Amino acid sequence: MKHVIVVGNGMVGYKFCEKFVEQSKNKEFKITVFGEEPRPAYDRVHLSEFFENQDAKALEMAPREWYEEHGIELITSERITDIHRSSKKITTTKDLHYKYDYLVLATGSAPFVPNISGIEKKGVFVYRTIEDLEDMLGYAKEVIGDRKETVKAAVLGGGLLGLEAAKAVKDMGFEPHVVEFAPKLMPRQLDTRGSKVLQEKIESLGINVHLSKATNKILGDDVITGMEFGEYDKIDVEMLVVSAGIRPRDELGKTCDLKMGVRGGIVVNNRMQTSDPEIFAIGEVALYNNMIYGLVAPGYDMAEVAVNQIIGNTDVLMAEEIDMSTKLKLIGVDVASFGEPFMPVEKGYSIIFENKTKNLYKRVNISHDGNLLLGGILIGDASDYNMFHQIYLNGLPIPEDAEELIIGARGEGGSSFGSVLDIPDAAQVCSCESVTKGDICCSITEGGCENLGDVIAKTKATTGCGGCKPMVVDLVNETLKSQGKEVKEVLCEHFSFNRQELYDLVKVNKVADYDEALNLFGEGHGCEICKPALASIFATITMETPNRQVAIQDTNDKYLANIQRNGTYSVVPRVAGGEITPDQLIIIGEVAKKYDLYTKITGGQRIDLFGAQIHELPLIWKELVDAGFESGHAYGKSLRTVKSCVGSTWCRYGMHESVTFAIDIENRYRGLRSPHKLKGGVSGCIRECAEARGKDFGLIAVEGGWNLYVCGNGGATPKHAILFAEQLDDETAIKYLDRFLMFYIRTAGPLVRTAPWLEKLDGGIEYLKKVIIEDSLGIAEELETEMQGLVNKYECEWKQAIEDPEMMKRFKHFVNSDDTDDNLAFVPMRDQKMPKAWN
Amino acid sequence: MQEQDILNQYQSVSEDNVKEWFKVGVVEDFPENSGACIKYKTKQIAVYNFVRTGKWYATQNLCPHKMEMVLSLGMIGDKDGVPKVACPMHKKNFSLEDGSNLGGEDLKIATYPVKIKKGNVYIGFSD
Ligand code: SRM
Ligand SMILES: Cc1cc2nc3c(=O)[nH]c(=O)nc-3n(C[C@H](O)[C@H](O)[C@H](O)COP(=O)(O)OP(=O)(O)OC[C@H]3O[C@@H](n4cnc5c(N)ncnc54)[C@H](O)[C@@H]3O)c2cc1C
Ligand code: SF4
Ligand code: FES
Repeated sequence: MKHVIVVGNGMVGYKFCEKFVEQSKNKEFKITVFGEEPRPAYDRVHLSEFFENQDAKALEMAPREWYEEHGIELITSERITDIHRSSKKITTTKDLHYKYDYLVLATGSAPFVPNISGIEKKGVFVYRTIEDLEDMLGYAKEVIGDRKETVKAAVLGGGLLGLEAAKAVKDMGFEPHVVEFAPKLMPRQLDTRGSKVLQEKIESLGINVHLSKATNKILGDDVITGMEFGEYDKIDVEMLVVSAGIRPRDELGKTCDLKMGVRGGIVVNNRMQTSDPEIFAIGEVALYNNMIYGLVAPGYDMAEVAVNQIIGNTDVLMAEEIDMSTKLKLIGVDVASFGEPFMPVEKGYSIIFENKTKNLYKRVNISHDGNLLLGGILIGDASDYNMFHQIYLNGLPIPEDAEELIIGARGEGGSSFGSVLDIPDAAQVCSCESVTKGDICCSITEGGCENLGDVIAKTKATTGCGGCKPMVVDLVNETLKSQGKEVKEVLCEHFSFNRQELYDLVKVNKVADYDEALNLFGEGHGCEICKPALASIFATITMETPNRQVAIQDTNDKYLANIQRNGTYSVVPRVAGGEITPDQLIIIGEVAKKYDLYTKITGGQRIDLFGAQIHELPLIWKELVDAGFESGHAYGKSLRTVKSCVGSTWCRYGMHESVTFAIDIENRYRGLRSPHKLKGGVSGCIRECAEARGKDFGLIAVEGGWNLYVCGNGGATPKHAILFAEQLDDETAIKYLDRFLMFYIRTAGPLVRTAPWLEKLDGGIEYLKKVIIEDSLGIAEELETEMQGLVNKYECEWKQAIEDPEMMKRFKHFVNSDDTDDNLAFVPMRDQKMPKAWN
Repeated sequence: MQEQDILNQYQSVSEDNVKEWFKVGVVEDFPENSGACIKYKTKQIAVYNFVRTGKWYATQNLCPHKMEMVLSLGMIGDKDGVPKVACPMHKKNFSLEDGSNLGGEDLKIATYPVKIKKGNVYIGFSD
């Protein structure tokens, strides 16, 4: 039996083992793996997730038992110090000797720490291992402690990793500063314009950026207190994370005289062999084509090649071109670059789209003949990254008018990409788990999978970073369709109907409650998807409040309040149109003071009181209701706010009374349950101070009436509302709104807002106009009557709850004790309070 | 109490090693098809009353994901026939039978036996 020794149990070393055990010929080999780190290989790519839960186990590539089960000997906390090529032996730190037939060096790399005076001081860290993160967390806690002032920390390096580190530093409670030597962020992946857009976005997230700065000195006695750039150019930081690039850990190669690159790295050929054919090098230590690839995907390919070479499949070789496409994760801004991000003019031309107000930048590089996508950059919205990446990798055809790639196809329903099924089978869709398009489609056509869940369980696709999920969903749906299988939208495993079908079933059969619906049309015992969906359906048929069927309400609706981070609740009284009297302000202030609630003006023109305990909710609401306030339904999938601007009442440009109209509309639809939350806005002129076009419905005053806009939203995927009808009088505007809202409520899927609903509506906005304005379906009157019925039945659910002792029972923390939750702890913050963070 | 100590006090109890059947109230105190929270010494325990199957379950109230005392507030139901609770915070699903995470994550909650006798509800503890 031949002995293969793997030096290094990192991501690539692990992948080597995984690929090895998949080979049928592996019985002829014994594998021993040495890792210097104390634990088995873990997912370094998702290292930052360790900050969230400090759960090292969750990051493991495979548990120790996995190695045992496959007959692999794993020896951790043991570094290899020497290779004796003539006797084919290695030596460990504990001075043990092992003989090998093949040696695989997967020693990875180490962070590069520039030689700056004072860099050895306490408080300076690198970002590579779980231990690094643990040290950082410990230090951060020590430094920040109970201090009230902001404490600064810096990251040296504005590359991919540096930005990720900056986010981590910010989450630790520091004011983050990124210091970059180059004149732009992510200099290796982004062009100057893109980098600028990224910088603005990053700064808007509260991360400070310092470009073109060479650090001379780390200041402080033993502990870092600052960084010095020039004589008068300093910054006081109390922690520093160095993220200035990587250096291959090629010590072993040097000591045993393998061929090395001029700037380090162990030279390998396309079989991953070093200058000694029995010694292989893979991952970040290997210098292939004169390059070190600091990404995990090329490392995985190298592992695959090395496995095949050793096992005797000598025709498996490393590809000539290595894909360096990347997508930045975690930091809260979409950034991706693929293929050739910068492109010399001789090779092709670029199409660039930039919208500074939205921090959006897209660039695609196209070959001169207009046929190939050569690369590009996406900032602010990388939702097309997967598709672009596949087009680029596989040379798929692009639209004749290449600009459609970034600004979308004109006209109806046009996708600029063609079908996902056009991608070649070998294309890798999920790079974390190396799942190809073929794997996904075969799992359906041959593997017996019948839906997305089956496919994920079988292929493991999407279980890594999840970035490929949209594409996997499309592939699954398209494959099912191509097989003639109906892709039925079903609510969940308990109801094989979609929301609209259930709405009709409940209505036509006059179903009384959830249990009856489950008995008649469902199976099992329900779940957190179908219960609130049916609660919403019942509410939009009968206007019942969450007080009737308490058990099927989402937690927020059940307690008529939003649950907060620490299990306390918020209180938001309705302030229609944002208009509030001084007396009402005083009452809210008094209540907040009495119950010691954190108070904030919301983004919806009203006031939110945070930190109420469950048993306090009825007491607080009693006072508010007595003073004339009503529930603001901030917790419900229901009408939230109708924002207003002062309009013609005060404003010198105002055309109509926008406040009055906003109040009327908000009061009309208050309490209305819908598939997702609903927001409106009314502006007094086209200057649009009420942001009506950022809402599900918006009205803007113009000469001769109101322009009505529909299907906009802010939030995760902002969409401007679309002009629906012009110069309407008040009554017509309300009539159209009634019809529009009722039509949406009847037909949308659960948790689908108006914009994505419209996107999926066959025929789009033109069809919607026909139904609502021209009454093409002949249901307009019915929609209006239905809405009027709901409006008439409105009742404040908080008033209802506090008046009924039976309903009050649920507002109690313990069933068997009047104690309150003793786990709650608050800390002061700017004269108010906030929940104490867990240690 | 430190985070680890809070978590460590919750260890699953099986019927065989119950030392004390602690009375937590009468059946009517517990909302139908929902969870509710009870206190036992320093522990917070979530009790779930499945009226459709007539079954009761009890688990720690603490969600191990973000260490919040919230599981009794979650919606209950089943996944492929296994009774479960969905944490109200981030909707992680836990089996009420063995406390495992149904999304396959390495999170687990402690479970406790429940006994109904003459309209009273008892939970079994080993301490
Ligand atoms: C309090 C507030 C932020 C603030 O401090 O100002 C807020 C707070 C929350 N927002 Fe918001 N949003 C608030 C205004 C907004 C706005 C601005 C606006 O309405 O003009 C937006 C963008 C506009 C829009 O919705 O289109 C907004 C977009 C979201 C979204 C993303 C929705 C989307 O379609 O992508 C969510 C998540 C969701 O609903 O699924 C969300 C969800 C939430 C939740 C409910 C998250 C949660 O489940 O805990 C937050 C709890 C509120 C609470 O506890 O009371 N909030 N949220 C604002 C309350 C407004 C109010 O008076 O009711
Ligand atoms: C925070 C962070 C985020 C990242 N994000 C991404 C990303 O989004 N996308 C991406 O593609 N890549 C990313 N990377 C890079 C990716 O993690 C690496 O490309 C990958 O881990 C390289 O794998 P490797 O096995 O070659 O090296 P490593 O994972 O570093 O493993 C090498 C192992 O060998 C051990 N070792 C070294 N010398 C010896 C010796 N003499 N004896 C025994 N053991 C030894 C080391 O201790 C180490 O455990 C990220 C890296 C970090 C740190
Ligand atoms: S939109 Fe602006 S300018 Fe127009 S009325 Fe309102 S506040 Fe005045
Ligand atoms: S706290 Fe329970 S799922 Fe996150």
